[in-house]
Amino acid sequence: MDAALECVLRQADNALVLGHRLSEWCGVGPVLEEDIALANTALDLIGQAKLWLEYAAEVQGAGRTADDLAFRRDVYDFKNALLVELPNGDFGQTLLREFFFDAFHLPWLQALTASPDARVAEVAAKSAKEAAYHLERSAETVIALGDGTDESHARMAAALAYLWPYTGELMVDDAVDLGQDAMPLPSSIRPAWDTTVNAVLAEAMLTRPDSDFAHTGGRSGVRHTEHLGHMLAQMQFLPRAYPTATW
Amino acid sequence: MYAQMIKSEATQDDPEKLAAFQARIDRGEKIEPKDWMPEGYRKTLIRQIGQHAHSEIVGQLPEGNWITRAPSLERKVNLLAKVQDEAGHGLYLYCAAETLGVSRDALTEMLLDGRMKYSSIFNYPTLTWADMGAVGWLVDGAAIMNQVPLQRTSYGPYARAMVRICKEESFHQRQGYHLLLKMMAGTDDQKRMCQDALNRFWYPALMMFGPSDKDSVHSAQSMAWKIKMNTNDELRQKFVDETVPQAEYLGLTVPDDGLVWNDARGHYDFTQPDWSEFYNVLQGNGPCNAERMAARRKAWDDGAWVRDAMLAHGQKKAARRKAAE
Ligand SMILES: [Fe+2]
Ligand SMILES: [Fe+2]
Repeated sequence: MDAALECVLRQADNALVLGHRLSEWCGVGPVLEEDIALANTALDLIGQAKLWLEYAAEVQGAGRTADDLAFRRDVYDFKNALLVELPNGDFGQTLLREFFFDAFHLPWLQALTASPDARVAEVAAKSAKEAAYHLERSAETVIALGDGTDESHARMAAALAYLWPYTGELMVDDAVDLGQDAMPLPSSIRPAWDTTVNAVLAEAMLTRPDSDFAHTGGRSGVRHTEHLGHMLAQMQFLPRAYPTATW
Repeated sequence: MYAQMIKSEATQDDPEKLAAFQARIDRGEKIEPKDWMPEGYRKTLIRQIGQHAHSEIVGQLPEGNWITRAPSLERKVNLLAKVQDEAGHGLYLYCAAETLGVSRDALTEMLLDGRMKYSSIFNYPTLTWADMGAVGWLVDGAAIMNQVPLQRTSYGPYARAMVRICKEESFHQRQGYHLLLKMMAGTDDQKRMCQDALNRFWYPALMMFGPSDKDSVHSAQSMAWKIKMNTNDELRQKFVDETVPQAEYLGLTVPDDGLVWNDARGHYDFTQPDWSEFYNVLQGNGPCNAERMAARRKAWDDGAWVRDAMLAHGQKKAARRKAAE
């Protein structure tokens, strides 16, 4: 696959998969305001996914639509980081995952606004406004839950231990990143991510794990987690079961 | 309706005050939270607004059931936004109820321990994607019948909540209808799903208006207080009259052999729903009562540590700020 196309799909799939995960919370949040806020973030992300997928379909030039790309690709053609496909877990785990992603997403999108590819710059600029709000909210919530009670602290510490090995992949460069020039290298975001994450974890009374081990395989599509297939089975059910129907 | 079978409370207030209160309502004045009101008026409203709020929240579940299976990006966004709107409606209504001196948490506890109800309609399952159309068209449609007149209800905060809610509900109804229109222009499978959805939701939608007025003992007081604006039968008739032509336009058959236009009345004659089914659903024997309540209880229980943590963090932060001063 063309490196430029693959890079656009990585943006699209991060947004689509995380948006889908967050949408699973709709109607069952811990408090109404959080329910509404999670749905807002999900709506932003799915909207971003649509913009990226429309562009990917154009770049691909094979006559496919954004919906075709969302609903008719199988696991190994998805290019999202593993982090975003992980199950929601409890509310704390969902918000910590969101925070780790947002802490990457905002500076990343800001960097993309300088892309020589005008379309990339345009979608990034629109998305960055939303990402800034997402980061503000997820950071605040992580701090509140880490600091809150003994129980909430313990839950956040457990979520941190689980999620940490999945954060590194967001900022590991691979051949695809190196083979195109529309987007900067993900590793260039590392300093900004570290600064944000260190500050928020400290305020949340959480200890940053020592390990820098990173699970990879999502961005390349080479080895996703088992969770993604189940998500796609649900998400793609109708277009797959009724391939000639439009909705 | 979203509030069904609301008993109005007998009231034992000073007759002079009561007469003055009634006169204000008759003049079309709005009653505001700080105004004097009969205890019965307050209690009836709490029950009605609370039930309405609970219906919005429980009502998220049958549609939430399809968010992760929406068949296109646009449909996914539309449905998620719609269900999110319902959460917002719940929030406005809990706020309106709070002005009557009952907290949101207290109302939630009453829902969860069965002291308060939510609309019977949300105890029916959503089985195919066409149900997302049918729910918008029929359920939001029936809600609008009742809620449009409630924009003129005597209690100010309730009336104002209704104004905001009605705008969104009519949008939901159109969205649901268009979803069905699209499917009815599609494949045989899609058409079959639509007809099946109408077959399952028609009578439950008619039940939303509550039992016939001749069996509704509490209507008179509520109507005098203008917290109920029309009789159940009036609203049901209006709903049938408006919905039947819409079904015809879609190319769907309303599942009622007795449905016929009555020229003399200027209305459709139609078959009443099976009221024994309605009472069964109210008593907890609907197809999804147990699951809906279990889902709400689980959400509430699973969220307890989050609510506690946020409260604790808020207090710690305030204490730290104070210590730093
Ligand atoms: Fe609503
Ligand atoms: Fe609605």
